[in-house]
Amino acid sequence: MSTDTVQPVRSTLEPAMARYDHIIPATGPWSGLVRKGESLRIVDVEGCQAVDTLFYNAHDHDERYSMQDTMLAQGAAYIQAGTRILSNDGNCMAVVTADTCGLHDTAAGACSCESNTVRFGHQTRYMHACRDNFLLEIAKYGMTKRDVVPNINFFMNVPIRPDGKLAIADGVSRPGDYVELRAEMDVIAVISNCPQVNNPCNGFNPTPVRVLIWPGA
Amino acid sequence: MTPRDPYADLPTTPDDFRRRYDELKRSAEAKRARAKPGAMPGNPVPLPDGLVIHEEVIPGGWYWTARIERGQSLRLVSDHGTSGVALMFWNAAEPTERYNAADTIKLQWNAVLTKGCVLFSDMGRVMFSITDDTAEGWHDTLTGGSSPASPLADPTTPGNPIARNTRDNLRLGAAKLGLSRRDLAPALGFFTPIRTDDKGGFLWQKGKIQPGAHVDLRAEMDMLIAVSNCPHPLAPKEESIPKPIRALLWRSPPPTVDDLCRIASDEAIRGFENNAAYYR
Repeated sequence: MSTDTVQPVRSTLEPAMARYDHIIPATGPWSGLVRKGESLRIVDVEGCQAVDTLFYNAHDHDERYSMQDTMLAQGAAYIQAGTRILSNDGNCMAVVTADTCGLHDTAAGACSCESNTVRFGHQTRYMHACRDNFLLEIAKYGMTKRDVVPNINFFMNVPIRPDGKLAIADGVSRPGDYVELRAEMDVIAVISNCPQVNNPCNGFNPTPVRVLIWPGA
Repeated sequence: MTPRDPYADLPTTPDDFRRRYDELKRSAEAKRARAKPGAMPGNPVPLPDGLVIHEEVIPGGWYWTARIERGQSLRLVSDHGTSGVALMFWNAAEPTERYNAADTIKLQWNAVLTKGCVLFSDMGRVMFSITDDTAEGWHDTLTGGSSPASPLADPTTPGNPIARNTRDNLRLGAAKLGLSRRDLAPALGFFTPIRTDDKGGFLWQKGKIQPGAHVDLRAEMDMLIAVSNCPHPLAPKEESIPKPIRALLWRSPPPTVDDLCRIASDEAIRGFENNAAYYR
């Protein structure tokens, strides 16, 4: 996918007006409640940092992000400004309202200790992985591995070629690039600030990201 | 003897990690050529009666569930060349282990699956091996299937007010296996010829599924399976007419040492090593 044609869509929200402003340390997990109408911004502070993200209906955790419903509804594989984030019930959970990067994946899922063994060799089993971040974070809400599904990877570049060929390519996000979503229902946003160093998704150097939440209009 | 520290085998600098990633990618793309269509011994067409354990005709719009044992195979046959057969599957012993669409394509460096490829669980283990595929890779790993809101969802049973669709079918299938929508994750779409353009847009490839096309999937663990047979929402109208398909459980020959699915990629080899550790 070429980014040449993707124009940045900026937000007018001022960080000083945010009700929540937090730095997620490199490799760490995070979660937070984003109420209907509120805006969540994820800032790639230093650039080239994949941010693995899931959404759950705050009142019914069995309703959750669905990569297939989201892709099918927009007729295309990547997440960008205007994308409606759909649940497994086909409901709109959030809308991408701003995006200065233009390139986000939802096909390749999150890294795990187990998939790392297959992809990079058994010696990589004991390396911290996104799936473990997710499991620890969702446990706070009573959720388990049953509730983990393929996610969104903000700022991760995974071109899918017409012949199906797919690889994690070098990230294109620059320091300060951000994506912003407006919640269309009360959601729990769950993030793993990706710790992976076996592929280029974090430039082989995981870095912090910043999350901000603004009240609804 | 001191046990070998796994970290001793890891690269130590970002540049070394990058070099190793580039090498893994090159190697995977070179070996992909092995996963070619063509004749495969041990998968007769049609299946002799003696090998068939069960044959199910699934009407257009409907679903079916089953248990399958490790070593048995599932054959899905699109007798009328219809599209949109969705499959979801779980480890029978521990259903939180289930098909993982994202891992399956990422680990094999390709969103197109065909004979020689394998289907991974979220635990880095191989659930099914694709041992035959006369539809030659015209399957879909990305988009799932129809829902009650799909424009082409279509009541197929006269007098039935429920528009049958893939999402509800898989939920019903899960329920009858003792599972729920919580256990469902992105499913695999057989006979669903979708490819992406250079901007990621989905393109339906017309006329790719020939009547009688089949896939053979060899179970690499004991599993619960749910099959839905519903037209895909991206299919053009003329390819959206619900027709029956067949699902056969059959006694497939044990894999040989040079079994294609076990040697087709280094990733599959390591996945089967994880299976071997699980079934020790």
